[in-house]
Formats: sequence, C-alpha cells, structure tokens
Amino acid sequence: MTIDTTVAGTELSIVLEGRLDTNTAPELEAELKKRVAGITSLVIDIEKLEYISSAGLRVLLSAHKIMVKQGTMVIKNVRDEVREIFEVTGFDEILNIE
Amino acid sequence: MEMDKLTVEAKTENLEEVLGFVDRHLETMDCSPKVSVQIDVAVEELFVNIAHYAYSPGIGSATIGVEILKDPAAIAITFTDRGKPFDPLAKEDPDITLSAEERQIGGLGIYMVKKSMDEVVYEYKDGQNILRIKKNLDIL
Repeated sequence: MTIDTTVAGTELSIVLEGRLDTNTAPELEAELKKRVAGITSLVIDIEKLEYISSAGLRVLLSAHKIMVKQGTMVIKNVRDEVREIFEVTGFDEILNIE
Repeated sequence: MEMDKLTVEAKTENLEEVLGFVDRHLETMDCSPKVSVQIDVAVEELFVNIAHYAYSPGIGSATIGVEILKDPAAIAITFTDRGKPFDPLAKEDPDITLSAEERQIGGLGIYMVKKSMDEVVYEYKDGQNILRIKKNLDIL
C-alpha cells in the first residue's frame, strides 16, 4: 500500500493506494501518529484503495476518535467494494464519508 | 472438485500467500470485485485469528482448503488448525449501532465473516479446529 501525505496549514490530506489489511494497517497507524498533532482537518482519499479488512477499520476508527476531539475527519471517494465493507460493519454511520 | 489444500505456518506474514492461493481459484470463477473483496476479507479475518490465537504464544500450522462447487456455483474454504479449541462463532456480535466513542474493537472480524458469507460452520474434531465458510457466486 502507498500512503501519500500532504500538509497544508492544519489540514492533513492522505491518499491511500492498494490494500489496507493486517500487514499494511500498522504503516497507516504509524503515519497518522507521526503527523496528527495540531491537525484540525484530516482528509483521507481512498479512490485507489481496493480493499479494507477489520485491521484497516480499526485504524480508521482510532483516527476518527482522535480527530473528533481536535477537528474533523472525512473519507472521500469510496469504491463500491469498500463501501460494502463500511455498510456491513456499520462504519458508514460512524465515519464521515463523502 | 477435490479440495485443493495449502498448509502454511500460521503467521500474518503468510497472509499474502494464503490470499494468493484462494484468489487463484476465484479467478477461474469470474466473480465480481465486491464478492472478491468479501471473500478475501473473510479469509484474512479467519487466518489472522489462527495466527494470533490458536498456538499463542507458540507457532503452529494452518491448512486452508478450497473447493469450487457447481450448480449452484460457490466457493467453500476450510480452515484447519491444531491449536487451542476455539469456536469463533460463539462470540457475541458487536453492536454496530453504537457511536464511535462507544464502539468496541473486538469481534469485528468474525462479524464481517458472518455477515458476508452464506454459510459458516465450526467444529472441533480429532484435535483440530475446523471452520468452513461458503459463498455462493452468482454466475450469469
């Protein structure tokens, strides 16, 4: 999985490409941990994310819990197959999805 | 079809090999990306469960068996290990209506399996945990 990050003021934009699974989720977790201090807007673009498992959902949930305290988090460009996973698990109601 | 089997050490590093094995069979069936992802997620959740818990703190092996069924078209995947007896279906489902603050992390993986697979059956027999999932493939 590739993680592309851009910081503009207090907005952190992340573009994910590939698969967010049990082996790659720790990379995203580490990247978020490194960059999230002082961020008021987290935008995660998953147009090129083709797969997410519970390990990935956990990292997104953790990020969400941090961001509600310091600003906002939005997930954009969700593919059908990933949206299905969000819906089955109720994560479509928890996460802010555009 | 006879069951095609793969035996690997139950470690998360071997997940790619396990998914590759399953996907090679799926490819012969021309299934949609949505169903493909659901099956891969189910396989990941179940294999990772074995890797994390079955032999902890030691290591052991897991056997993944794949059967392609016809009339109706379906894929059946069986996970076998010789670890601690553990029925993943005995866990209570997480409450998916809870808010982010209240939401618990546990049980999510097996819940995803139960919701997306058409059949999930567990038994403990001859010193082995045996879990079989089945997904119908709507081939037009």
